[in-house]
Amino acid sequence: MTRATTPPRPDRRRGRPARAATVLAAALSLLAAAALSGCSDAGTTAEGGEGRKPYIAIVSKGFQQQFWQAVKKGAEREAEKRGVTISFEGPATETEVEAQVNMVSNSLGRKPDALGLAALDSRAVEPMLKQAERRGTPVIAFDSGVDSDIPLTTAATDNRAAAAEAAEHMAEEVGGKGKVALVVHSQTSGSGVDRRDGFVEWMEKNAPGVELLPVQYGGGDQTKSADITKAIIASNPDVKGIYGSNEGSAMGVIQGVKESGRDDISTVGFDSGQGQINAIEEGRMAGAITQNPVRIGEQVVAAAVKAVKGEKLPETIDTGYYWYDKSNIDDPRIQEVLYR
Amino acid sequence: MTAPTAAPPRQKQDATARDGVRRAVTSRFQQFLAVAGLVAVFVFFSFASPHFLNYSNITSMLFSTVVIGTLALGATFVIVTGGIDLSVGTGMTLCAVMSGVMIVEWGLPVPVGVLGTLLFGGLVGLVNGLNVTFLGLPPFIATLAMMLVAQGLALVISGSAPIYFSEDSGYTGISTGSVIPGADFPNAVLIFAVAAVIGGVVLNKTLLGRYTYSIGSNEEATALSGIDVRKWKIIVYVVSGLFIGLAGVLISARLGSAQPATGMGYELQAIAAVVIGGTSLSGGKGSLTGTVIGALIISVLNNGLQITSVPQEWQNVILGCVIVAAVYADKARKRRAV
Repeated sequence: MTRATTPPRPDRRRGRPARAATVLAAALSLLAAAALSGCSDAGTTAEGGEGRKPYIAIVSKGFQQQFWQAVKKGAEREAEKRGVTISFEGPATETEVEAQVNMVSNSLGRKPDALGLAALDSRAVEPMLKQAERRGTPVIAFDSGVDSDIPLTTAATDNRAAAAEAAEHMAEEVGGKGKVALVVHSQTSGSGVDRRDGFVEWMEKNAPGVELLPVQYGGGDQTKSADITKAIIASNPDVKGIYGSNEGSAMGVIQGVKESGRDDISTVGFDSGQGQINAIEEGRMAGAITQNPVRIGEQVVAAAVKAVKGEKLPETIDTGYYWYDKSNIDDPRIQEVLYR
Repeated sequence: MTAPTAAPPRQKQDATARDGVRRAVTSRFQQFLAVAGLVAVFVFFSFASPHFLNYSNITSMLFSTVVIGTLALGATFVIVTGGIDLSVGTGMTLCAVMSGVMIVEWGLPVPVGVLGTLLFGGLVGLVNGLNVTFLGLPPFIATLAMMLVAQGLALVISGSAPIYFSEDSGYTGISTGSVIPGADFPNAVLIFAVAAVIGGVVLNKTLLGRYTYSIGSNEEATALSGIDVRKWKIIVYVVSGLFIGLAGVLISARLGSAQPATGMGYELQAIAAVVIGGTSLSGGKGSLTGTVIGALIISVLNNGLQITSVPQEWQNVILGCVIVAAVYADKARKRRAV
């Protein structure tokens, strides 16, 4: 074998200096790195001072999804307008809590002047928030509230008001009377609860002719929501309208109605996405509420800039929402906030 | 084999010893490459950003290494036998959920719950081991199946909702607390270091370690020399499982909750750490030191790229290139050595 032709290797003693050299090299490099970093630190501080642009680190719940890209767009636009620099990061999916914690931790390492954060899990980021508080870095929460006193304000959609608007359009669609069903994505998340309660409360107050069926939960899963929708239609053939509380629920409602072979049921949705947009353009869905992700991004940066200047901030900032249907879907203002 | 047949016994012994030294030297060289890589990225980012080289950023980097690093330690054992363990990521999630069930729902004391979680991880590994040996499934398939089962079970058992540990149980202190007074140095990093040392001793100084390498370099020959390969393979998967359990404790203690939907993708990062550290996917060769360095390279890169404001889109591109470079350097070295 080839091994036989290998020249004899150096003896045992050779190994030790090699390892020592490695350790020495590593130690020297680290020392050099430390020294150099010290210099560059001083350099930045020197050229910093008055002229340095405020830096705002933003960590969102996601990154490549169209919704978060729209938030990023709004944040970048506002940053340019106000002359600040920002960074925008988020984990690949909304389940990667640990990845988000690492991102917040890394962001704080850059010593930002303010931190914008849409927490996936309030508890998990709490130590980071405390760290920010100790350092005097103001925190602006966005998209959903953080269960903590540390953030100065929360820039988010008023889901309750948005759901009330959905209810208003639904009442109009069904002519103010008849059975209406709700397929909601969650009974525990803040957005699920608000989008349910806002809808129910508006109906109870303003549309006495509408009979609301018991609320059903599909976890935001399209297939599950479709099955639920079909079950609702089977047990209530006279149902006149169905509301889906987020993209997955709304898509499930559209699918369930279609699979039941009905075209006389009005549907109202929430958020956007290609499927919902198509359904609205083709008249299979009456319309939907969209949040305004671009404005969420703008408001985070605007609030952060105010916080850096020490200005007072309101407890919450409503970032607004739009009702969109066949009549206004091509409006550039609507097009900008829809994601596909 | 290496010594001429006519050589007197003494010379033969020398040759074997020489062979051993040669292996030690090459493996040290491989570690040197990995260390050099780590030092290179470290120095680079120290130049690139004034915020990189300071105590709090370094602890934060170490902290972010812990979970992937712990999984990678276990995965190294399996990979050295020539196997692969794809179940480490979601297996960890399942263990985190079990820890939540035992401590929060059953109200067991924290130490008992932690021990139970480690054992549960061992059980996950045991099932993998049995599937690989007695059912004869390829490790890729057996652990792929376990990856799916664990992901599903984590959701079923938790009811698809996070399980929160109470603040005063002291559970979160396992990861986020600091036993070094006044240092603000996360315990999780110390636990990871201790786990790496114990793992290293097992892999280098015990029978289990010797058989792990032996199975990886030539399974048939190992079996022919009278070693119960099946038994030792099962033990290797159980060892990997114990690390999975430990990672489950560390991640849930860090987050203050067991997050049932997370974990997918961690197995690939763990494998990446192992491979960057110079362990060969074809088995028989590798070291835990390398794996620790590999895991550190990944987290230093992630942290550094973020701190120097490299757009997120590019961060994975760079990580992928580093994997190619690391494994290519390893191959090139081997070609030279042969």
